[in-house]
Amino acid sequence: MLKEFTKGIIKENPIFIILLGLCPALAVSTQVVNALGMGAGVIFVLLGSNIFVSLLKDFIPKKIRIPAYIVIIASFVTIVDLVMQAYAPALSRNLGVFVQLIVVNCIILGRAEAFANKNNLSRSILDALGMGIGFTLGLLLISLIREVLGAGTITLLPIGNFNGVIRIPGLYSAPVRVIALATGALLVMGYLKALFNWFEQRKKREIGVEGSSS
Amino acid sequence: MTYIAIIITFVLIENFILTQFLGLCPFIGVSRNIDSAVGMGFAVIFVMSMASLTTWAVYNLILLPLGIAYLQTITFILVIATLVQFVEMIIQKTSPPLYKALGIYLPLITTNCAVMGIALIAVRKEFNAFESFVAGFAAGVGFLLAILVMASLREKLDSEWVPKPFKGIPIAFVTAGLMALAFMAFDKALLKNLIG
Repeated sequence: MLKEFTKGIIKENPIFIILLGLCPALAVSTQVVNALGMGAGVIFVLLGSNIFVSLLKDFIPKKIRIPAYIVIIASFVTIVDLVMQAYAPALSRNLGVFVQLIVVNCIILGRAEAFANKNNLSRSILDALGMGIGFTLGLLLISLIREVLGAGTITLLPIGNFNGVIRIPGLYSAPVRVIALATGALLVMGYLKALFNWFEQRKKREIGVEGSSS
Repeated sequence: MTYIAIIITFVLIENFILTQFLGLCPFIGVSRNIDSAVGMGFAVIFVMSMASLTTWAVYNLILLPLGIAYLQTITFILVIATLVQFVEMIIQKTSPPLYKALGIYLPLITTNCAVMGIALIAVRKEFNAFESFVAGFAAGVGFLLAILVMASLREKLDSEWVPKPFKGIPIAFVTAGLMALAFMAFDKALLKNLIG
């Protein structure tokens, strides 16, 4: 049961392993706070759609299941969009059109089709949480690299006296600006994916060596 | 904005893939060879022009007068999904060769962020009907341009030596990153120089 939760975080990480939901991942990863906001939105929509799809799986006719899922997903996206505009207007402006674009994020439809319509409620909830957290962690990793190198800051939520921006000495006065631009997003993504591949290939080699020696 | 300015903006300056990251999934997924890239590109141009025009009509003639603009997300995605199905059926009946060329790409386009993206952006920029159509068409041309260059580069890359962890997707991302760097030359100043 716990496996449904943990698989999304590393083994089937939506961003780095199955490569879904890349458009928002790269577009909003200029600041850490954007990644947190986007991650929260995706977790909410994923959770809502997985719960509803799993509950309604016996009632939705097979032939029109995709449109039905899309309506469910779009309803939750509208909720996120309106709530964000009302309570976090600055974040909503930063994310721009990408909040509404959660509706076409392949992860959500993918989980509804590949998991929630075959599994019961509790498994679907765990799957949604795992995938959502995996997506958020992937997004955080990309945005942390891009913001630290590209602007020399880490922007978090402002709490009390702390204005939410951590400045990194050295990098703040002379950041590698290109990393903050579109180019940087694609390069960082390419190098991270290569790193993941390298780990995987090394693990396979180790297993291969052990297998042959025993 | 004049129509020429809209075209230059969406094809070069705000290229959907290389500056906005919209439509990245098909860009990486379908760019292995030139033939399928061209097929996908034309299918996207077609659907994006139609979608931006249709969603303009739905938004301005139905949602706004009724005061239900907050249902934008739901209606747009349904309109786009229906439109794609409809286009697929029409092409299948009227032009089998065209269907053969574009057919397999059409269903993929429904969940392409670029199509939904142009619909939402056209509304945000308050374009009129024809401007929306031109913007959709130009964004599609930008997609075709980017995916065509990418597919040509990847066909060359296949015969080159690439470090093992970089094979396939990672090197495609690095290539796209370098392309985006080249596209940085197209900025607002260029538009000013061209149009004045």
